[in-house]
Amino acid sequence: MSTNTYVPDGPTKLEMFRKMALLKANDERSRKVITTGRLIMPYYSYRGQEAIPAAMGVVLKDTDYLCTIYRGIHDMLAKGLPLKSLWAEIAGRVEGTCKGKGGPMHLTDVEHGVMVTTGIVGASMPIANGLAWASQLRGEDRVAVATFGDAASNIGAFHEALNLASVWKLPTIFVCQNNLWGEHTAYEKSTSAKRIADRAAAYCMPGICVDGNDPVELYGAFCEAVARARAGEGPTLIEAVTFRFQGHVFGDASGYIPKEEMEAAKARDPYPLFRARLIAEAIATEEELSAIEAAHEASLDEAVEFALASPFPAAEEACTDVYGEVA
Amino acid sequence: MSAQITVLQAYNQALSDAMSDDDQVLVLGEDIADPEEGGVVGLTKGLSTKFGELRVRTTPISEEAIIGAAVGASLVGFRPVAEIMLMNFTTVAMDMIVNHAAKLRYMSGGQTHCPLVIRTMTGAGMSTGGQHSDYYEAWFAHTPGMKVVCPSTTEDAYGLLRSAIDDPDPVMVVENMPIYWTKGPKPEAGHRVPLGKANILSPGTDITIVSYSRTVLEALGALQAISGAGVSAEIIDLRTVQPWDQEAVLASVEKTGRLLIAHEAVVPFGCGAEIAAVVQDQLFGKLKAPVKRLGASFNPVPFSKPLETAHMTDAAKIAAAAIALVKGE
Repeated sequence: MSTNTYVPDGPTKLEMFRKMALLKANDERSRKVITTGRLIMPYYSYRGQEAIPAAMGVVLKDTDYLCTIYRGIHDMLAKGLPLKSLWAEIAGRVEGTCKGKGGPMHLTDVEHGVMVTTGIVGASMPIANGLAWASQLRGEDRVAVATFGDAASNIGAFHEALNLASVWKLPTIFVCQNNLWGEHTAYEKSTSAKRIADRAAAYCMPGICVDGNDPVELYGAFCEAVARARAGEGPTLIEAVTFRFQGHVFGDASGYIPKEEMEAAKARDPYPLFRARLIAEAIATEEELSAIEAAHEASLDEAVEFALASPFPAAEEACTDVYGEVA
Repeated sequence: MSAQITVLQAYNQALSDAMSDDDQVLVLGEDIADPEEGGVVGLTKGLSTKFGELRVRTTPISEEAIIGAAVGASLVGFRPVAEIMLMNFTTVAMDMIVNHAAKLRYMSGGQTHCPLVIRTMTGAGMSTGGQHSDYYEAWFAHTPGMKVVCPSTTEDAYGLLRSAIDDPDPVMVVENMPIYWTKGPKPEAGHRVPLGKANILSPGTDITIVSYSRTVLEALGALQAISGAGVSAEIIDLRTVQPWDQEAVLASVEKTGRLLIAHEAVVPFGCGAEIAAVVQDQLFGKLKAPVKRLGASFNPVPFSKPLETAHMTDAAKIAAAAIALVKGE
């Protein structure tokens, strides 16, 4: 599958860097805030996987739909979720997008198309199909993206969803962030397919396997899949091969990942590589990139303080939003 | 005598009228479109011809994908009615129903909600055995965010399904298969039965019999034997089990002082347990007898006819239990 048709220009590359920098800074800040005891939450670090949502984020429109997973804060931020709303939500405060009722694993931000965040492996996919069906019924050009990990390609929901999307020719884009580890278990021990993208063939849809650490290659893949979906030509499965630099959940020291494997993966850290590339290609200077990073740190300072100063919901709120008003 | 239709026709009419009234109503499920004969019992016959195969869409045999598609479409304003052919097959879609449809309103802090309906048929009595006959209404009634209705007549089939489609939250409509072909009055177009509102079918003074779905018909069948024994029974069709009509049940039991709950599902941890608990809590000093529950024995639904019959809650069992409660035997 060729991905050469779509090549990002300089400003697009810079925009992808801007997103990657935000995601990386946000992850580091999250771990710091938890470590220092200022926040208690289940946290699933996405460090190492930033290039994938960065590329997705510059290709999608605000009106496109996203269904993501518990390891998905990078996806949401790249889709446009504001930092303050994010931080107030993960701090369980009323100013959070879900009034503190969703938390990091169940965040929704309709305004930016973040429709569902699920803690159930595989569940983003069947729901994205429904959003894509809605778009198809209304004759809109919105696409629905479902992100998920490599291990989710072994659960029934993946197979049911890909089959339905193909039969119904839905504008769904299935984005597998293959970080080579499903919780504590290595890819080859759990997954029969050499490449997850190969599984697309079983559902008669295009499967694209790309370097998930290369924003330029990812950009091409997303453009191709989105163009096909918007043109009514049906779904695509993108497999972005990457790595997870932290444990499955915060507090898990990832002792099950061989040291050499982790070191080799970190040597391919997408962030410094892309940063150096932008400077080498004279798209930005060291000073300009540093300024972007500093601005993100300042925004994070502000977002964290805003969140921690926000009020908690009143106890009565526990019983609201269970059912709506019957007309 | 007014025009008569079957329960099955009442469901079909409700779907057709809802789709005519609101172009956001969708129907999806296995075999449901007309090229597939409008479903395995023909319940959705005519809909795809009338409304097109994009709105009335036959799906693969993929229950999780079916409910997932309904959830996704409902998040952005459609009102999908998903058919899960048999209630036992909801087990395949439990994650989509329980973790997503039921919880997304809450977890999103009210930003989204799932105005979807899941229609599903079930019921013992047709020798369909251990995986095609179960009543699992208690599972869904136990799930915050879900509503559950169990119609027993043509008018309730129509009126409850229309209200379920109007409702802003996920509603499971449990359809009893053996009564699909029984006849009753043709419901008026647009008729609604509010969710959570019980129906007092026969007033009485000695005992309250609360039931729903096909077991209501068994309770009515028991009435003659009960009154023959000199007992006056008030029969309540709950119609909705989540939310259930506490007001109507408590008012009736306050009057009669006795309560018998009869349902088709197995007794332990069933809906009868919840009703019994609330009634004893609210009316402890006014009860003249312990609250009694009738339902299936705690085993899978058997295939062999005599075993299946023994497993079910019929009119004779209801009559015997009601009379015994009142006469103190």
